[in-house]
Amino acid sequence: MTNMIRLHTFHGGIHPAENKHQSTIRPLGRAPLPAQLILPLDQHIGAPARPLVAAGDHVLKGQMIADADGFVSAPLHAPTSGTVTAIETRPVPHASGLEEPCIVIEPDGRDEWLEHQGLAAQLGVDDLRDIEPRQLTAHIRNCGITGMGGAGFPTAVKLSTGQQQIDTLILNGAECEPYITADDMLMRERAGDVVRGAQILLHIVGARRCLIGVEDNKPEAIAALNQALVNLNEQHHIDVVTIPTKYPSGGEKQLIRILTGEEVPSGGIPASLGIVCQNVGTAAAVCRAVDHGEPLISRITTLTGDALQQPQNLEVLIGTPVSHLLQLAGYQPQKKERVIMGGPMMGFALPQLELPVIKTSNCLLAPTDQELPPNDIAMACIRCGMCAEACPAELLPQQLYWFSKSQEFDKAEQHNIFDCIECGACSYVCPSHIPLVQYYRFAKGAIREERAAQAKAERARLRFEERQARKEREEAEKEARRKARAEAAEKAQQEKKAAAAADAATPAAGSPPDSEALEKLQKKLDAAQTAKTRTQEKLAAARADDSLTDKVPALEAALVKTQDKIKELAQEIAAAKKAAKAAPSAEAAAGASDKGDPNSPERLKRKWETALARLETAQKRLEQAKADGSDTVTALQDGIAKQQLRVDEARSAYDAAINGTAPASTTVSAEEIEALQKKILAQQDRVRKMQERYDMARAEGLDTVDALAGGVKKQQDKLQQLQQELAAAQNPLATTDNEAS
Amino acid sequence: MGLLTLSSPHTHGPNSTSKVMANVVLATLPGLAVMTWFFGWGSLINVLFASLVALASEAAVLLIRKRPVSFFLKDNSALVTGVLLGLALPPFAPFWVTLVATAFAVVFSKQMYGGIGNNPFNPAMVGYALVLVSFPVQMTTAWALSTQMSGSSILGFGDTLQVIFAGHSTLADAYSGATPLDAYKHLIGKNTADTVLAEATFNGWLNGGWEWVNMAFLAGGLYLLARRIITWQIPLAMLLSLSLCSLIFGWDEDMYTPLSLHLLSGATMLGAFFIATDPVSASTTPTGKLIYGAGTGILLYVIRTWGSYPDAVAFSVLLMNFAAPFIDAYTQPRSYGHQKARRGLPEKN
Repeated sequence: MTNMIRLHTFHGGIHPAENKHQSTIRPLGRAPLPAQLILPLDQHIGAPARPLVAAGDHVLKGQMIADADGFVSAPLHAPTSGTVTAIETRPVPHASGLEEPCIVIEPDGRDEWLEHQGLAAQLGVDDLRDIEPRQLTAHIRNCGITGMGGAGFPTAVKLSTGQQQIDTLILNGAECEPYITADDMLMRERAGDVVRGAQILLHIVGARRCLIGVEDNKPEAIAALNQALVNLNEQHHIDVVTIPTKYPSGGEKQLIRILTGEEVPSGGIPASLGIVCQNVGTAAAVCRAVDHGEPLISRITTLTGDALQQPQNLEVLIGTPVSHLLQLAGYQPQKKERVIMGGPMMGFALPQLELPVIKTSNCLLAPTDQELPPNDIAMACIRCGMCAEACPAELLPQQLYWFSKSQEFDKAEQHNIFDCIECGACSYVCPSHIPLVQYYRFAKGAIREERAAQAKAERARLRFEERQARKEREEAEKEARRKARAEAAEKAQQEKKAAAAADAATPAAGSPPDSEALEKLQKKLDAAQTAKTRTQEKLAAARADDSLTDKVPALEAALVKTQDKIKELAQEIAAAKKAAKAAPSAEAAAGASDKGDPNSPERLKRKWETALARLETAQKRLEQAKADGSDTVTALQDGIAKQQLRVDEARSAYDAAINGTAPASTTVSAEEIEALQKKILAQQDRVRKMQERYDMARAEGLDTVDALAGGVKKQQDKLQQLQQELAAAQNPLATTDNEAS
Repeated sequence: MGLLTLSSPHTHGPNSTSKVMANVVLATLPGLAVMTWFFGWGSLINVLFASLVALASEAAVLLIRKRPVSFFLKDNSALVTGVLLGLALPPFAPFWVTLVATAFAVVFSKQMYGGIGNNPFNPAMVGYALVLVSFPVQMTTAWALSTQMSGSSILGFGDTLQVIFAGHSTLADAYSGATPLDAYKHLIGKNTADTVLAEATFNGWLNGGWEWVNMAFLAGGLYLLARRIITWQIPLAMLLSLSLCSLIFGWDEDMYTPLSLHLLSGATMLGAFFIATDPVSASTTPTGKLIYGAGTGILLYVIRTWGSYPDAVAFSVLLMNFAAPFIDAYTQPRSYGHQKARRGLPEKN
């Protein structure tokens, strides 16, 4: 079949010896059951799975034994029937030689399947197209499918493209790494599964076309795929595109460039270009999951290298120990024993052989020293620039090397070190044999650590400043109260004196003017409250409308002023009332409002007002924190929720003191507010969760960071909206109460 | 168990520094052969002597610095410095000129900065500039005349050795004279182009011998290009800017040295393909290399035309060495997935 796709090229690239023929001589085999399967809970990018079984449980083949824990996560299934013998930390295949929690299964030899069927049969529909993409994605997620190409990103997450319109689905069959032939073998022997998977994926993402990119060194695979397309016997939009063999054309970004001429924006994901890219192995796994209901419990792994007598490809159960597989292939341990998981360019050397094959293990390479001589001693960089010629990301590897070496990380970042895909092309061509990629890994790690430390320090600083501010505020409030008390006492004393001098014959002369002044103050306070509400409304409008953003600072200033005024007036009123109480005439009249009574309406009102003022300050600070994008948002939100409760308590106590029982209208409002507060609390939880996910993605340098950042923003906006609603619901209450008093 | 765990990539291309350097030496051989053919044994003796001095100086400093001697000698970088200096110095230059230039180049301008890869300036050119300003007489009068001008024979091997090592410079008197660039520059003030070119040095149109030397270095340079040891940017930009300058300012042959002489005389091709392309001290970004090469070409023309030196490869390359880090910082390429290239260095907070 001819294809009409115009191919593009990417900068740089290399042509290392392919060494693929060794492992394609033998047909695809199946590894026999090992004595033990070790299943790490974390085989993918994202949160580790949560175990669903306990030691001693009997499990069936295909039974879910650990569930996804969070959005970016994937469940795990038993690769065969048997008994769970342990859930414990075991060494896992990881470049750092980590130990991580694993579920260990001892096979019972019966290989007994859990009852399973295709999704269409499950749902009782005839055609795939009758199934909602959402349901398909959920099914793929439940089947534990993660990217089979290398990174192991949960497939369902990659397929959840949200609002983004997807135009092209790309299946990556380039397999550009030397030695690896797992995808080649899969395409040769199971082309039908790959094509079927492509159809399912096309339906899920709603793409117009699918391009299967295969390097021209795999003619058998290309022929098999084309035959499978003919066998479809129906209209399709799937093209097998033959691309020139060049490393690293199988890199997602490079393949997208080759097939479409477009570039994935730095730090972005292909979906922003309307492209979704999946490995051919993933497509085949999707086919098995959707059509047959089989979860991801096995994969094809290449066993190759001159230290193996029978290099070949095997279908391997996830969790099979490496040593078991090497033995099957006739492993001859070398003097300097070395086994690489993955290819010679990007794979990592295993520290030991009792490690399991995981969902991303596409190759086990056991080379001899003659075959892949261990690195020579690195010589000094002569700045020849061959690395820059080879770099597929168009970086300046040599400059990055100097900056990494001298730990000038700001310069390394300026030179786009985070766009490095660690393909190793620069190291391959370096005449001085410098392990360049290792330097970049070091620099990236150090920069990430530095960022984390900075974020932590920033949080600590904010917390400290908060504390200082709170202390000062409390001090000031105490001082104000003390002053007010002293003034009141002085006034009372003076009035006492005056009263004594004026004799008992002229009673209650001081009272009327007092109440008049009080009324005046009250009116002023009412006016200020109304002004505040209006300013708040304007401010909200200005914030919502982009064209008015320049007015926000002015409005905020106005709001602060009004609030200060309200506080002042409230204090004045309180002082005046106290003075009135202190007056001998009033003293007799209002026995209930004793000065020492902590439940006097005045006290309660003051309490409530202080709480309200504090709430407002906290809300203001929250706005500020949000605007700055600071980490304290959640903490502040919690604080606000608590403060809100305090305000409500204070208000109801005050209401009760004034009216005996709270007015009906307020009760309804209070209920509404309570509901709103609950909503806010829930929303805060959501914000926090989204934030966590975002932080994780950022820490791991995932492609989803931007999408998640958008998510965080969205959740925060929602929260803000709820808070505004709450504020709006409280303000009328406040005015009613003021009128009532 | 003790499995070997190395960082990826686990495979490496066939390239190595010593191969790169050996190829550079190899590429100079046509030029050396042509020089010997036209100018006698002087250049060959200089190249051998300078290489010996370079290797000996490198070894001595490595010993003092307690570095593995054979490991570093095997990278062939000292050899390249010696060969280039031997080619650049006048064929009848006394041995101590070559000795001073080479030893200074290796010891002061390379090893004192930390050895291979760490020198900000082209070592061979630092050595050359040092002897050029220190020993102007030897550096301007020890040039050989081409066989086409001095009769049909070259000075014998033994006599050449005597001239270089025993100071019998009179032996070479009949065989030496000013270089064409030097002669043209000094004669054109008082004569027209036609009369100048009629002089023995020029033999009519061109400078008997020198054009073949330059063609041979061009051929060697093209070999390096084909082997991808150097890239096209620096030589092309340098030759283009030199030509442009010559066409704009020196179009009048009766006033200035003509373009043909600029391109095919002196150290032009040696400079463009072997000296300006020294990766350690040159610009490394693709755009930066263009700017670096162009700058070298312009400086070369300016100094040759209005300066007091007849040739200026050393000075122009050294001056551009100063600018290389700056040029690199402002000529980053646009990386994959970026709208545009980044410029300069990050701002200090």
